[in-house]
Amino acid sequence: MTEMVHGSIPVPAGDPIIPRWWRTIDKITLSCVLILFAIGLLLGLASSPPLAARNHLPPFYYVSRQAVFGLMAMGVMMLVSMLSPTMVRRLGVLGFALAFAALAMLPVLGTDFGKGAIRWYSLGFASFQPSEFLKPAFVVVAAWFMAASYEPGGPPGRLFSFGLMIVIVLILALQPDFGQASLILFAWGVMYFVSGAPMTLLSGIAASVAVAGTFAYSHSEHFARRIDGFLSADVDPRTQIGYATDAIREGGFFGVGLGEGQVKWSLPDAHTDFIIAVAAEEYGMILVILIIALYTVVVVRSLSRLKRERDPFIRLAGTGLACAFGVQAMINMGVAVRLLPAKGMTLPFVSYGGSSLIAGGIAVGMLLALTRQRPQNAIGDFLSSRGE
Amino acid sequence: MIRAPLRPLARILRARENGENPARIEREARLKRAAQVQDRARARAETRLTVMGLLFVFAFASIGYRMATLAGSAPEEPRASVSNNPIIGLRADILDRNGNILATNLETNSVYAQPPQMIDPVGTARKLAAIFPELNADQLIRDFTGSRKFVWIRRQISPEQMQQVHDIGDPGILFGPREMRIYPNGPVASHILGGATYGREGVNAAEIVGVAGVARQFDSFLRDPANNGAPLKLSIDLSVQAATEQVLAGGMSLMNAKGAAAVLMDVHTGEILALASLPDFDPNNRPRPLTTGDASDSPLFNRAVQGVYELGSTFKVFAVAQALQLGLITPDTMIDTRGPLVWGKFRINDFHDYGSHLSVTDVIVESSNIGAARIAQQIGTDRQRAFLGSLGLLDATPVELAEAPGGRPLVPPHWSELSTMTIAYGHGIADSPLHLAAAYASILNGGTLVRPTLLKQDHPQAGPRIVSEAVSEQMRQMLRAVVTRGTASFGDVPGYQVAGKTGTADKPDPQGGYYNDKVVATFASAFPANDPRYVLVVTLDEPSETTGGAPKRTAGWTAVPVAAEMIRRVGPLLGLRPQIETPDAAGIQLSSN
Repeated sequence: MTEMVHGSIPVPAGDPIIPRWWRTIDKITLSCVLILFAIGLLLGLASSPPLAARNHLPPFYYVSRQAVFGLMAMGVMMLVSMLSPTMVRRLGVLGFALAFAALAMLPVLGTDFGKGAIRWYSLGFASFQPSEFLKPAFVVVAAWFMAASYEPGGPPGRLFSFGLMIVIVLILALQPDFGQASLILFAWGVMYFVSGAPMTLLSGIAASVAVAGTFAYSHSEHFARRIDGFLSADVDPRTQIGYATDAIREGGFFGVGLGEGQVKWSLPDAHTDFIIAVAAEEYGMILVILIIALYTVVVVRSLSRLKRERDPFIRLAGTGLACAFGVQAMINMGVAVRLLPAKGMTLPFVSYGGSSLIAGGIAVGMLLALTRQRPQNAIGDFLSSRGE
Repeated sequence: MIRAPLRPLARILRARENGENPARIEREARLKRAAQVQDRARARAETRLTVMGLLFVFAFASIGYRMATLAGSAPEEPRASVSNNPIIGLRADILDRNGNILATNLETNSVYAQPPQMIDPVGTARKLAAIFPELNADQLIRDFTGSRKFVWIRRQISPEQMQQVHDIGDPGILFGPREMRIYPNGPVASHILGGATYGREGVNAAEIVGVAGVARQFDSFLRDPANNGAPLKLSIDLSVQAATEQVLAGGMSLMNAKGAAAVLMDVHTGEILALASLPDFDPNNRPRPLTTGDASDSPLFNRAVQGVYELGSTFKVFAVAQALQLGLITPDTMIDTRGPLVWGKFRINDFHDYGSHLSVTDVIVESSNIGAARIAQQIGTDRQRAFLGSLGLLDATPVELAEAPGGRPLVPPHWSELSTMTIAYGHGIADSPLHLAAAYASILNGGTLVRPTLLKQDHPQAGPRIVSEAVSEQMRQMLRAVVTRGTASFGDVPGYQVAGKTGTADKPDPQGGYYNDKVVATFASAFPANDPRYVLVVTLDEPSETTGGAPKRTAGWTAVPVAAEMIRRVGPLLGLRPQIETPDAAGIQLSSN
């Protein structure tokens, strides 16, 4: 009877951790993430042998590495998802301090792997990109600040989080890593939006972006050419985008068949940024639609569970994590179909990459921990609003 | 918003009465208010989270839709280079009025080398030099063995040459398709057509750019892909043009002239049927412009359009026509022609003394400078300038040639009364033969202005009126009289009723003054005189007819016979039937039965 009224499952004291976790975890999101990881391994079998051949390694070297890192990531995800929201917050803030320090030390200790931007620490067996770990930690810290502003007599948390965001975005832009910088910016923006950004400010920002864009388009020839080139129907077939478009066309709805794809041989980033093109070519639209559906389910389901959440910190942190995850996937796929201008960004859990996999595991683990079912005191709301 | 007070006075007072702490009430109220704020924030967050979720669904759906449309479209062969500004080799044909081709394109190939791909650079260079004698083997060897990645060998080659180069068999020698502009009639109409050269060149195509004449004037039209290769149709008649050039070339050599020009124009439509300037050139192999000396000595110089000359007595027609139009004179008015006419220190003389008086008709027929000057005095400076301006004699012709703006008339800087008098007989003003043809057409076609054009026209030009029909008719009769009994008696072509006016002008000496022995001889004619359809202007530069004892330079002896021969040749080509003048059969009545 009580469960029916409260819409929640009573948690007896001393309930063992694993059964409680299994009862309250969002099983659908969890299965979606596991399926995505499996798809990533499957595509790794297709996309990474050319890279291994180029680097004179055994053909499935990268696949086995991906499997090892992936299992680690899954383990981390499970562990993190068992934490309570308070623990998530504490560990998140600690992790933020570590990641921020690592990011700040990059110019001294980092390496650029010959790619021009110093973003990595070389650990010998693997590389480590602090900004990947900074992203979920920043979301937690920003949510903590913003939630604090709801407390009676709380600090101006949104302002603090804004300052923090600006500092991180500047550091990232200086590396330069505009992709991660824009993700951080976006995650903060979404949290600010959900935490109650004034409508006047939002419409003001939208209007000024429109005005600035129009001004830049009509006054800067460089900018106009970039936009025109992006909007024009012609694709230069020698660019990565051109190859990706061609691969999607070749694949059609059912693909050219396992191992028959050609695009992985011509695209240097076939195993990371353009993995979706490999998927489209070899397995066809079926797999692509499945991948898109999985991401959509993860994001939408997390958001809808967060709608019921009473705790501002959980709500905001969950929103930031879910949206950052969804937008990263969206940008990656949007670039491949030319809905967005070219920007290197991995497809979470599907693209190859050790540190990005583990960071993704941590982020989704936090998201799962925050979207677990917990008592929401709905009857209390009902009664207190009646009494007003 | 009405907010519940933090310290409700009624409760505080009651609490004080009961000895309770009023601060507890305030704390409760604050907590309640914070809870309300949180509730509002949660409600707002719920809506906004719904919005976010919908946005994500929409974004993912549009990516999926885009993927599906891409996957559904057929894969295309990758296109080589999509440049914003592709080279378009296309160039439309140029046709004459009857559809004969004046300029067209021929597909040829260019040949170029990519030295890094070459197997035997030295041997290939020697073989290429053997095929194309103008190439230097040593230079080629240097090019092929140096660091160059790309070497043009030849811009266009014939199929035979292509086969020979192909037979060398070196993979570093490549061919590119290319259009070549060809003028199948050689030098015919060369000054009108101008010529073309390559503009921007790529391996797969090259732009053909007009450099002169209509090729330059209509460059953008000919190259515009939107026209779908629609040809440019000129007013020129190829056979008339060829006959004109042939006769003019013969006349130029017979009369020992150094240059010649002819313009044949339709008096009603303004269409130029033939426009020749000698010496000419072959537009397929256009000579280089002169770098030193006078540009007008180059064969590229279009004497009919660019060349401005003092055209002499041909201008008397304008003075007489204007005076008739103004009602100052009639054809029979007697003009005082006693010479010399002294104006200040300047003396005007006639070719020989024509006696004390001449009728206006005879002023034209005998070509009296004094008579023309006296008529111009009656007209006055301002009216003369306005009339010449309305005939277009004071501005460059509007004809559709790139060179036309260069043919700007020379007019006196101070148009004094003396200028008025000399201009009446064609000195002190310099115009091109095309100016003269257009002005004659405007006066003789019934009196409406025509502007010369090189494009085929369908209708007569309805220009503003210059002189009345009556004046036009009087002028025709006077000019006919010039041929039947005046200075242009060699110009009478049986059946074509030529009317015209001669003009012999001394050439100005660049050092000052005029040459005694150098003239520009002009014959401006119209035919048939009763209803003129064509105007023909023939100008010879420095002619001298030497068959007699003393060299004769006047137009009557030089330009007129050339023009007559031209009319004789061109008349049938134009479809004009010779009118056989039958003597009036007086007293005989024709009846049908």
